[in-house]
Parts: sequence; C-alpha cells; structure tokens
Amino acid sequence: MEDGATVELLWTTLAVFLTLATFSFLYKDNPFYKFAEHLVVGVGAGYFVVLLVLTSLKPKLYDPVLAGEWWYLIPGILGMMMWMRFSKKLSWVSRYPIAFYIGTSGVAIPLYMYNNINRQLSSTLDLSFGFGSMTEVWSIFIVIGVLTGLMYFFFSKEHKGSFGGAAKVGIYVLMIGFGASFGYTVMARVSLFVQRIAFLEEWKDMLIRYFS
Amino acid sequence: MIVFLVSLFMVVQYYVPLDSWAWMYQYLIDWTIIIGVFALLLGIWSLWRVNFNKIKQRAENWEYAVITLAGLLIMMIVGFVPGWGNLNNYVYEHFFYYILVPIQATMFSLLAFFISSAAFRAFRARSLLATLLLFAGLVIMIRFVPMGQVSSYISDLSGWILRVPNLAAKRAIIIGIGLGAIATAFKIMFGIERAYLGRD
Amino acid sequence: MNIFDKMVALDRRWVFLFLFVVVALAYFLRNHFTVDIVTTREVRSIYNFVENLEPGDKLLISFDYDPSSLAELHPMSRAIITQCYKRKVKVIGVTLSQYGAGMVEEIFREIGDVAEQEYGREIVYGEDYCFIGYRPYPAFVILGMGENFRVFFPRDYYDTPLDDLPIMKGVKNYDDVKAVLAITSGTTADFWVIYGNARYNMPLALGVTGVMATDYYPYLGNALFGLIGGWKGAAEYEKLVGRPDKATAGMPAQVAAHLTIVLFIVIGNIGYLLSRKTKKKLG
Repeated sequence: MEDGATVELLWTTLAVFLTLATFSFLYKDNPFYKFAEHLVVGVGAGYFVVLLVLTSLKPKLYDPVLAGEWWYLIPGILGMMMWMRFSKKLSWVSRYPIAFYIGTSGVAIPLYMYNNINRQLSSTLDLSFGFGSMTEVWSIFIVIGVLTGLMYFFFSKEHKGSFGGAAKVGIYVLMIGFGASFGYTVMARVSLFVQRIAFLEEWKDMLIRYFS
Repeated sequence: MIVFLVSLFMVVQYYVPLDSWAWMYQYLIDWTIIIGVFALLLGIWSLWRVNFNKIKQRAENWEYAVITLAGLLIMMIVGFVPGWGNLNNYVYEHFFYYILVPIQATMFSLLAFFISSAAFRAFRARSLLATLLLFAGLVIMIRFVPMGQVSSYISDLSGWILRVPNLAAKRAIIIGIGLGAIATAFKIMFGIERAYLGRD
Repeated sequence: MNIFDKMVALDRRWVFLFLFVVVALAYFLRNHFTVDIVTTREVRSIYNFVENLEPGDKLLISFDYDPSSLAELHPMSRAIITQCYKRKVKVIGVTLSQYGAGMVEEIFREIGDVAEQEYGREIVYGEDYCFIGYRPYPAFVILGMGENFRVFFPRDYYDTPLDDLPIMKGVKNYDDVKAVLAITSGTTADFWVIYGNARYNMPLALGVTGVMATDYYPYLGNALFGLIGGWKGAAEYEKLVGRPDKATAGMPAQVAAHLTIVLFIVIGNIGYLLSRKTKKKLG
C-alpha cells in the first residue's frame, strides 16, 4: 500500500478515535472525553492566533508601518493599551481604546433603525406578500400577528381588558413561531449527528479499501 | 466624550455621506479592526494564564491543562516559524482537519441526544400555549416524512406556519429588538450607560 | 405510575442508545428507501437567480461557518458552487468565521475536481474563483467591503495582491458583483442583513442552519431574495442542481430521527394525560 494512503488512514483513524471519545460523554464524563475537550480548546486557540496574526495583524499593521504609513501606529498603540486591562494600576488606560471601539459601533444606530424598524414595518403593511392563493387574507393575519406580538412585549401597561386580549392573541402567535423554531432546531441537531455517522461510514469504507 | 464624538460622526456620515469625510470613515473602521485584533489576542493570553496557573498550582485536572497548552503551542510554533509554510503548514492543516473538525462537529452533534431526551421528559401539552407550540413543532418535524397524499397537506401546512404566524412572531421580535438596541445605543452614546468601561 | 410514566422515568442513556441505533440503521439502509424532497419558493429563488446569470458574472459567497455547522452548511455550499461552476459563474470567496478558512479550501478543492470530471472544464484559481481570506469583526469587514474590498483584503488568503488576480479586475465593492450569498451559522447573518444589505442595498441571500432559519423569514421579500434553511434546504438545492449529495443521502436518517423524537413526545404526552386523568379521579 502507498505511504500516502497509510498516512491518510492513520490521520482519519485519529479523527475517528476523537469522535468516539467525544461521543463517550453520552454514557458519562470520562478521561477520554476530557482529553478531547481540552485538546480542541488548545488546538482551536492556536489555529485562531496564527490566522489572526498572519491574516489581520501583519497585513493591516506590520506591513503598512514598514512601508512608511506611520499613522497605522495609532491603532497599534491603542490596541496595546487594551492589554493594560489586566493591570490593577493601569487598567484605566484600556478605557480609551474601548471607548473608541464602542464609538465606531454607533454606525449601527441608523442601520438598526432602517432595517429593524422602517423596513419591517413597511414589509408588514405590504399586502402582496402572504401565502398561497389567499395572499391578502394571510397578509392581514401577519399585520394582526405583528401588532399583537408587539403588544405582548409592552409591559408598561397592564395586560387587562381589550389590551390584554390583544396581548393574548400575540402570545398565541409567538408560540406558533417558537414551535416552528423547535421543529427546525430538532432537524439541525439531528443533521449534525447524521453527518458524524456518515463520517464513521467513510472511515469504515477506507479501512475496507486499505486492507483489501 | 470619545464615545459621543465618534458615534455622532458615524451616525451623521450615514445620513450625510460626503466624499470629503469618506476617508475618515474608512480609517475609523479600519483602525477598529486592528484594535479588535489586540482584544482577541488578550483572550488567548487569558487562556494561557488560566491553564498555566492550573499547572503551577497542581489544581484539579491540571493534567488536561497540559494538553490544552500543548495544543496551543504546537499550532503556534508550526504556524509562525518562517519557512515552515505558515497557514499551509502540514501539521497546522492536518491538526485542523483531523482534530479540530471532528471534535467540534461531534460535540455539537451531542445536542441531538439532549434535545430528544428533553423532548421526551419535558415537552408536555400542559396548556393551550404549550399545545400550540407542540402542534407547530410536530408539523414542522413531520413535513418530510413520506405519508402519501397526507404529506402534501402537511407540507402546505408547514409552509403556511413558516410564512404566516412564524413570520409575524419573528417580525414582532425583530422590531422589539431594534427598538431596544437603539434605546441602549443612545444611552451609551450620551454616557447614561457606562457599564462597558468596567468598574471605576 | 402508568407504563408511559415508567418509560419517561427510564435512565436517559437508554433514550440516547435508542436514537443512536435508529439513526445509524436508517443511514446504513438509506439506499432502500427514498424521501421525496419538495422544493420551497425561498430556495428556488436562489437557484433561479444563479441559473439566470451569464457566464462570467461574479458572485461573492461568504462562508461564515465553522465545524460545528459543517453538517448543514457544507452540503449547501457544495451545491451552490457546483451550480456556479456548471454555469461558468465566477466565485469570489470570503470567510468571516475564524474556522471558515479551512472549510472554504476543502470545498473549492473538492468541487474543482468534480467540475473537471463531470463538466470537462479545468477550474483555475484566480480566474474561475478566488478566496480572499478571513478578517475578524464581521460587522466592520462587511462595511469596509462595501467601500472597497481592498480596504480589508489587499491580498488574498495565499498572499497574492488582489489586483494580480484576473477575477478581481473591475471588482471594487458590492456594486461589481451580481449578488452576495452568505452561508452562515451565527450572528454574521444579521450583520450581512443590517450592515450589508441595509447599508449598500446589494442583492443578498442567506444559507443558514436550521436553528436560525425561522428567524430570517421576516427578511424575505425585503432584505433577502432567498433563504436556504438547514439540512432540508441543502437537500432541496441538491435536487434543483441535479446532483444528490450528502444532504439527500442523509434524509432517510433525518426522517427516522424525527419519527423517533415524535414518538418520544407522544409517549410522554400520553403518560402525562393519563396521570392527569388519574389525579382528577382521585380528587
């Protein structure tokens, strides 16, 4: 057998071992599972550091500064000020880069206003987007569902009388939405497991091919 | 003051996108990433510190901290040493595909079992609300089970659930989140909310 | 305690074992029964959009997922890229997920081999596709790419200047690609909608995990022109592309698992209703 096939089989067998070690948690917590858990944390963190430094820090800070764009030292210094967070005496220094970072996040204000409020409200009132042949009927249902759902989340007024009735309709609509989410979530979780079974079958086929 | 001025600029430039200050906008978001990278590296330093202290003090399960730090160091060495291929290094790539991918994928696949166990023990039609949730969930779950003619009705019903009540519910939540996010953002912008700065 | 309550009180490891055996068996016997996959409007709209593109048109595809969502999002990524290669649509790949880079490389490599075997065309990096790499903080990267890709990606993942890649000629920002397809497993989907589409108004479609799929229906028709939700969405896309792959292969196991869980829920509820009836009788 070729060396390449042997090496690939060995790596895949390692992956299968780690997969089964992780599955062993279903029986109970054990050293194999703990080993896999701690290994993935270390390898994942190491992978991320290398990727971050080589694809973000080097081209965005190191290379421009070396090329003479000295103004990039400003965010570099601000970034290093962030590291003062762990010092008891100098942790106040880290507030400046944090404030800068939070400030730039202000770009979200007009975008959230447009996307989450303006656009959603105008789409709600668009009666051409519904379902099936009774588009307008279901569109009106959507309008009622959105309004009553919002009423349910309005806790500054007591849910009594007609307002309480509307809020109750809202919670019914919300529950159907959460039920739909539950159904999809089950599919999502099961698909992760099916993929692992598929992987184990691929390894079994690899073993058969290797030894035949 | 920094938060107010920078966020005010970011809001104004959205509504008044002048070419003369487009360069400032670009630099601000560019610099934010660089500062953010240092913050992420802070997290890695924290991981190192916690595990190193665990080993030093021989705390409970300290042996596993050795594994964590070994994984971290190996990846950093093979990734950073010049001439070893960096992101295309053999060990770096193979550790990703044959260690990280299977363990992470399997860890999340365990959730399939926990969700089934939780549904078995706790998902009860105790009230009208719970029954509605249960009914909607069951329709979505059985929509691709082959049941002859019934399948097409279930498929249509699940489509209706997703595009009508589910859409209405999620839209109400999105609008609510939007209102809350904007209110919080203004509170931060005007200095009313300062928890992000940490303790004095 | 009735029999149903006794079943519910069983050690949960028996439940795990039952589910494991049912799903594994259903997967191994998958060739013995088929599941009819009904395509939905939201998936067809993405497929039709790509089908109507001209050869040489460019798409930006953002692969923002990690190994924990591999099962659902890998099949849809593969199906979309297969269709792009078949239609000679050029793909600009990017990732905003820290573990996405490895996922992207694997897909382009695999589907490139498929395209060569099945469509008889050699897929050339830099001409048919490119991968511009990863940057952290997706919200800001999405904003930056809307001005100029080169703000955050002066070079691609393999350290080649973007201007040296033929595919990137004439591509400055979202205005120069036909659409953005974001295949994502986390909050990046929200960022694409809010910071991408709301700001720059480019055509946007999402491929998301099942857990998130229901949350993005409100954006259909305004921010999104299409939505692929989870494993089933991936199976639908594979059916449309005419290339049944891993998502389609896993559907029988999905059906078995769903029926098992429905059975668990039904058993649990029968036990609950019987217990409630008994308690009412006893006063």
